[in-house]
Amino acid sequence: MRGAPLRIHLAFKLATALLAVAGSVVILMALTRLIPGDPATVILGSRATPEAVAALNARIGLDRPVGEHVLVFFAHLLSGDLGEDVFNGRPVAGLVAAALPNTVALAFSAMLSAILFGVPLALLSARNPGGKTDRVVAFLSVGFISTPSFVVAVFLLMTFSVTLRWFPVLGAGEAGAVGDQLWHLVLPTAALAVGWIGYIARLLRSSLLEVLGENHIRTLRAYGVSEAKILMKYALKPAILPTIAILAMGFGELLGGAVFVEVIFNRPGLGSLIYDAIRTRNYPVVQGGVFITVLLYVLTNLSADLTQTLLDPRERSRLAAARGT
Amino acid sequence: MPALLQIARRPGGGFALFAVTVICLVAIAAPLIAPYGPNAIAPAKRLMDPSFQHLLGTDHLGRDILSRLIYGSRVALGVALSVIAISLIAGVTLGIAAALSPRAVDFSIVGIFDIVTAFPSMILALALVAVLGPGLGNVVLLVSIVFIPHFGRVARAQTVALRNSPFIEAERVLGAERWRVILHHVTPNIIGPIFVLACMDIPVVITIEAGLSFLGLGVRPPLASWGSLLNDGYTYLEQSIWLATFSGLALILATLGFALLGEAMRDTLDPKLRKHL
Repeated sequence: MRGAPLRIHLAFKLATALLAVAGSVVILMALTRLIPGDPATVILGSRATPEAVAALNARIGLDRPVGEHVLVFFAHLLSGDLGEDVFNGRPVAGLVAAALPNTVALAFSAMLSAILFGVPLALLSARNPGGKTDRVVAFLSVGFISTPSFVVAVFLLMTFSVTLRWFPVLGAGEAGAVGDQLWHLVLPTAALAVGWIGYIARLLRSSLLEVLGENHIRTLRAYGVSEAKILMKYALKPAILPTIAILAMGFGELLGGAVFVEVIFNRPGLGSLIYDAIRTRNYPVVQGGVFITVLLYVLTNLSADLTQTLLDPRERSRLAAARGT
Repeated sequence: MPALLQIARRPGGGFALFAVTVICLVAIAAPLIAPYGPNAIAPAKRLMDPSFQHLLGTDHLGRDILSRLIYGSRVALGVALSVIAISLIAGVTLGIAAALSPRAVDFSIVGIFDIVTAFPSMILALALVAVLGPGLGNVVLLVSIVFIPHFGRVARAQTVALRNSPFIEAERVLGAERWRVILHHVTPNIIGPIFVLACMDIPVVITIEAGLSFLGLGVRPPLASWGSLLNDGYTYLEQSIWLATFSGLALILATLGFALLGEAMRDTLDPKLRKHL
């Protein structure tokens, strides 16, 4: 794809993204048909009357062929209708809209803390590559990256909420009370951010080292500019570009990774909504929730691509060249 | 074994070799070293602290934590190795096929890779397992699909770099058949980085399996997976912290061990790979 005009490149990305979103819906709907037995019977239990089963099947759309079901889903989607909760008839769109802000807040605060801790770690280790600090940071990064977030979450809960009782155990805090909500956000954020701290530290370190080896840095050193100024002012700016791109993609990943943290800390959110729906076999909610998650993931990846293009002068000039200007 | 020695000399390499060896040995010898049956219930001895009788304590049904952790290593390694084997073979086959096929075929294979990677894998695996029903077979199948493009992309890129090299052309001129070129000349030349990638993917697969099992979508009870053990421990956290602590530590040991081993292997086999993997 290298060298292809950027517009075509982006068009392809967009097409792939849309295909992925549509594909996820088709796969989910097709698979719902493969469940041994009838989904409605599974939901209602074996003692349900045939009338009740037929009525439920009609409500979920399972009495139609799968192709039609998918088309109906997308047709309803255009009017903002994601279907209804099987048990209480509430619109799925409303459930998702209520859950989403919690998940987005969690993902944002995790990303923010990852930057807050990851960038200084990278600067520390790039200051003296191969030194003691560098080796410690390198080991920490691998440890942070490879430890599963749900292990971190359980350990944090165990240490700070159950044993020390410094932090609340469950929930997202009282609605409207910002301080309380922030307090409830601390441990979940930490659990979600740990892996990304390691990731950023590592990625930024290697791109810093790459930049530090370039000629203009040597020239700056020859002019007697202090190492700290070189690192903070001249090296960090170009080195942080690839990290930003990864971060933008990571945001989508965080939305998915939030499932564990939300379930463990019993926070309302998109992840716990999908998880609860899975456990109760509430298929419309699963479909709606997964659809929105896939959509968000794909959109953030797409914007990550765009961001990188717009931030990097080299990519910009390629874009200009492709336009023929 | 100079390669092993080199790996051991890398930072963290010694620890990695130690951790991975221990986990593999434990998994193989599980029935010999486990002090109790992994599913032997003893209601009178529930949630006990570590003691000489039960080195790591017992869970909410009085089962020996150490024995369950030992058997859990079989699930972790079994799933990880099967997933890696399936996705490696399928991915390398598709990757080589894409690189050596006409443009249209190449394009469609790469397109499929792109679409699979465009999914948020965890959410999708969760939803699919939910629909298909929990169970290790489904987990292995779905996670393998997610990992195929991973290997496919590297195999394709490597083969593209190789396909016009003089020795491959010479083989063709000499009249070697296509499958012979692929099996004897392409595959051995691209497999190094792919093995490194495989090792680096093991901790990721272990994490996904444990995660799904943690959510009750992986192994079915009473089978013990480190993930389901962590969940049991999490459920009874207020009464006893031992199960959560030890199953979490087992997971950290395994993921950290394999991650460090992967990196040490990468640096030893080919330092140039640092940038790409």
